[in-house]
Amino acid sequence: MASIEIANARKSYGAVHVLHGIDLAIADGEFIVLVGPSGCGKSTLLRMIAGLEDITSGDIRIGDDIVNDLQPRDRDIAMVFQSYALYPHMTVAQNMSYALTLRKTAKERIAESLAGVSEILGLNALLDRRPKALSGGQRQRVAMGRAIVRKPRAFLFDEPLSNLDARLREQMRTEIRKLHRRLNATSVYVTHDQIEAMTMADRIVAMHDGIIQQVGTPIEIYDHPANIFVASFIGSPAMNFLHGTCIKTDTTSAIRFADGHILPVAPRPGLYAGQEITLGARPEHVAIAAPETPGALPARVDLIEPMGLSTLIHVTLAGHELKIFTMDRPAFAIDSTIHIAFDIDKTHIFDRNSELRLPPVIKAPEETTKETSGANGT
Amino acid sequence: MVGSPVTLLADAGKRPVARRGVLSRKWSGILEPYLYVSPAIILIVAVMLMPLVLGLSYAFRDIRILNPFSGGFIGLAHFQTLMQDSAFFQALLNTAWWTFGSLLFQFSLGLILALLLNRHFVGRRLVQALVFLPWAVPTFLSGLNWAWLFNPVVGPLPHWFTALGIMDSPFNILSDPDLAMWGPIVANIWFGIPFFAITLLAALQSIPSDLYEAAAIDGATTRQQFFSITLPFLAPTIAITLMLRTIWIANFADLIVVMTNGGPADSTQIVASYIFTQAFRRLDFGYASAIAAVLLVLLLAYALSVIALRRAMSHSS
Amino acid sequence: MVLSGRSRLGTTVYWATHYLMIAAFVAFALFPLFWLLKVSVTPNDILYTEGVRMWPSRITWDNYAFVLTKSSFPHFFLNSVIVSGSTAFITTIIAAMTGYAFSRFAFRGKVVIIALMLITQMFPLVMLIAPIFRILAPLGLTDSLTGLIIVYTAFNVPFATFLMQSFFDGIPRDLEEAAMIDGNTRFEAFRKIILPLTLPGVAATLGFVFTAAWSELLFALMLVSSESASTFPVGLLSFVSKFSVDFGQMMAAGVLALVPACLFFLLIQRYLVQGLTAGAVKG
Ligand SMILES: Nc1ncnc2c1ncn2[C@@H]1O[C@H](COP(=O)(O)OP(=O)(O)O)[C@@H](O)[C@H]1O
Ligand SMILES: [Mg+2]
Repeated sequence: MASIEIANARKSYGAVHVLHGIDLAIADGEFIVLVGPSGCGKSTLLRMIAGLEDITSGDIRIGDDIVNDLQPRDRDIAMVFQSYALYPHMTVAQNMSYALTLRKTAKERIAESLAGVSEILGLNALLDRRPKALSGGQRQRVAMGRAIVRKPRAFLFDEPLSNLDARLREQMRTEIRKLHRRLNATSVYVTHDQIEAMTMADRIVAMHDGIIQQVGTPIEIYDHPANIFVASFIGSPAMNFLHGTCIKTDTTSAIRFADGHILPVAPRPGLYAGQEITLGARPEHVAIAAPETPGALPARVDLIEPMGLSTLIHVTLAGHELKIFTMDRPAFAIDSTIHIAFDIDKTHIFDRNSELRLPPVIKAPEETTKETSGANGT
Repeated sequence: MVGSPVTLLADAGKRPVARRGVLSRKWSGILEPYLYVSPAIILIVAVMLMPLVLGLSYAFRDIRILNPFSGGFIGLAHFQTLMQDSAFFQALLNTAWWTFGSLLFQFSLGLILALLLNRHFVGRRLVQALVFLPWAVPTFLSGLNWAWLFNPVVGPLPHWFTALGIMDSPFNILSDPDLAMWGPIVANIWFGIPFFAITLLAALQSIPSDLYEAAAIDGATTRQQFFSITLPFLAPTIAITLMLRTIWIANFADLIVVMTNGGPADSTQIVASYIFTQAFRRLDFGYASAIAAVLLVLLLAYALSVIALRRAMSHSS
Repeated sequence: MVLSGRSRLGTTVYWATHYLMIAAFVAFALFPLFWLLKVSVTPNDILYTEGVRMWPSRITWDNYAFVLTKSSFPHFFLNSVIVSGSTAFITTIIAAMTGYAFSRFAFRGKVVIIALMLITQMFPLVMLIAPIFRILAPLGLTDSLTGLIIVYTAFNVPFATFLMQSFFDGIPRDLEEAAMIDGNTRFEAFRKIILPLTLPGVAATLGFVFTAAWSELLFALMLVSSESASTFPVGLLSFVSKFSVDFGQMMAAGVLALVPACLFFLLIQRYLVQGLTAGAVKG
């Protein structure tokens, strides 16, 4: 196992700049998830770590070695591909032992490793089959097995679960986590699925347009998103955003929406009167309130989505579409007007120009977060 | 999955592969593709491009094999002779006739065959193998074979034509200057249908079948489907294969050399076979090269104008 | 195409026409070959009297016996096997490497090289005979099988390259990347992982080039003068001009010349369609 350090790594294809200066330190044994929308450069970054893409500038270090100039085969890393990339003309056993064979590992030791890994992954009965004769889930396991057998310095995963159906994906998520706990292997896991990121990561790296937006534990990222992008990308159902203008008195701050409604907000440094701001509130931080509740605002019900455990209510407020998450099962009529209230302490304020979050002043001591982009790990 | 902890071999995969590149990663990355293509490039330059340049230079020199005093530079003399050479202009006409006559039938029959083969029916794989077979027959053998078929002594065709009333009595069309060109053309059609059928069948099979399903649901008849889906999808393949084949057939002298040798009375002489005659029967390489240069220019002009026409058409539509 | 909306009768009529047309195509393709076979087994004395019968009243294998034992054909045949086999083998290797580079790498000059290869397909090859002779003669490569192999290889590389490329395009890049991470160099990954997966493509290319080399006549005629280095087509043609009377023997030789090319072709024609389909999807 080894740590991975990426310093100011850039990638361009001719005039197209895909990655703009990536800085990231991954600790030994850490499970890092790179998450971001499709096309943001996650795979490119992963493939640069693997050695499948040249590094335009910057350094990548695995353990103590700068690996910029090493071929993939000399980097001692393993990768699990989205397509699994199993060798179709080899059996499961041959697929898994190929790398060891290339390294001229003794036959008995290969057999031993193979037995160990196929035991862990439950592949014992499949060793003599070709990939064609396997189901999607089984192929996925073989791809994992092929990586594990080698005991590499780091595991790289490129959307390994995206070809599985929902149930299997959920199951493999847990399995990969358990496996990681057992092997304690440095892992970099790429996905566009924020649920995978939330459930699997030690730390999440949120990327957008070739730039790291925020690095942090899942809870840090969820509770203290650095900017509008991260706030909107992480969390499902997604955060609600309301645009407005900041109004200020000596002691209080508030946001005024286009329709004239005013909502007080917690004071924070950097907030000034007349500033264009965006209020962000997660669906669970908006509640249905009695009309006389202070700060309650009228909203029109558009749609009610029952989800069994909970209910999602779609409403329109001041020209903005909002989602409200509730564990109740309300029976509102569509187009009726209800009143809603925001949990002011949990809402976020973003500057509309910079899109950055304006963090509140008062913070509990244990709530320290890192919100600078490219923050280093522990 | 959870089970008892299984010890994995530490270091099993640790040993580095015992070989490092000499060049830095960047350089080897830049050089690598050239290493893959270099054998092909060397071969093509040495065996096709250099001879082409040399051949073009012959067009401006007096090169006759049997004349030891030849070899001098004579400028455009060959081209001046060419302008007066009525045999050359006849060959040019014959080339057009040979090329478009062959191409029309090869293409239309090839398209029909591809459409027939694109349906599932009992014995399709066997039929496909059999109808493609003529392509595998060595050209010289196709030539000889068809020459024999047209020969009233051993071939049935003249007798059949007579029975059908097309001929008064069995005779060999290859020795009739008015009809001789049909001989090589028929052989060429026989030989060339499979090429079009294979290419068009491949293109047909790459049309996603849900397009047809969608069209059928929209109520398109089979004929409408053909014109609104099949033909537009085939159009690029048709355009490029027709162009390449035109050039290929215009250059293709083997069948004519074998079946008629340009005769009788030069009635089947095409430019390519005329070059062959000049070079290897008269041993006048200089003149042959001049003709070849003109042919090359004409073919390039043809290719470029077809491409330009396609551009213009796709822009206007 | 979908037959919906057609009446039952319409469907029957359609399929009757379909099979009739198929039958016509099969007949047109096979009849000349059948006739070749028929004349080759017809005894000389009834060749003319039964000239247009579909099958002779007696058959004989004498023509084959003569061709195989008393003529130089076995020798020509061997030369052709050597030339076509080596050409197919070498061309396929070179085309596989070039096609792989076209499929997997972006590099400077790639477009130029592809354009060059396309243009070579336009040459009047007759024009190259004399210059090639000029270039090969001082190297001692005229009148030799090696010379023919080199020339045929060069002529066939461009098309074979495009064919191989379309097969490589159908194989995901992930596979060699996985192999490179597992410990292969790119070239090893190409050899051990990608090439085995392209075997249909390799077979199609081998067959295509073999057939082309097997039937080549003009260069074989012009670059080779001695009988010892003659290939089958040249031998057959000289046979025609020398003994233009004995049709039976010529056709027996023709049937023998047909066998290897046809065998090869029957094996590969399916892959040929497949390879071109892959290419068509892409382009
Ligand atoms: N070979 C290439 N040439 C040019 N642009 C590329 C190339 N490969 C990837 N890109 C671009 O780089 C960006 C990032 O791609 P990728 O890393 O695959 O994104 P993702 O985050 O979805 O994995 C995309 O916008 C893509 O279009
Ligand atoms: Mg990706």
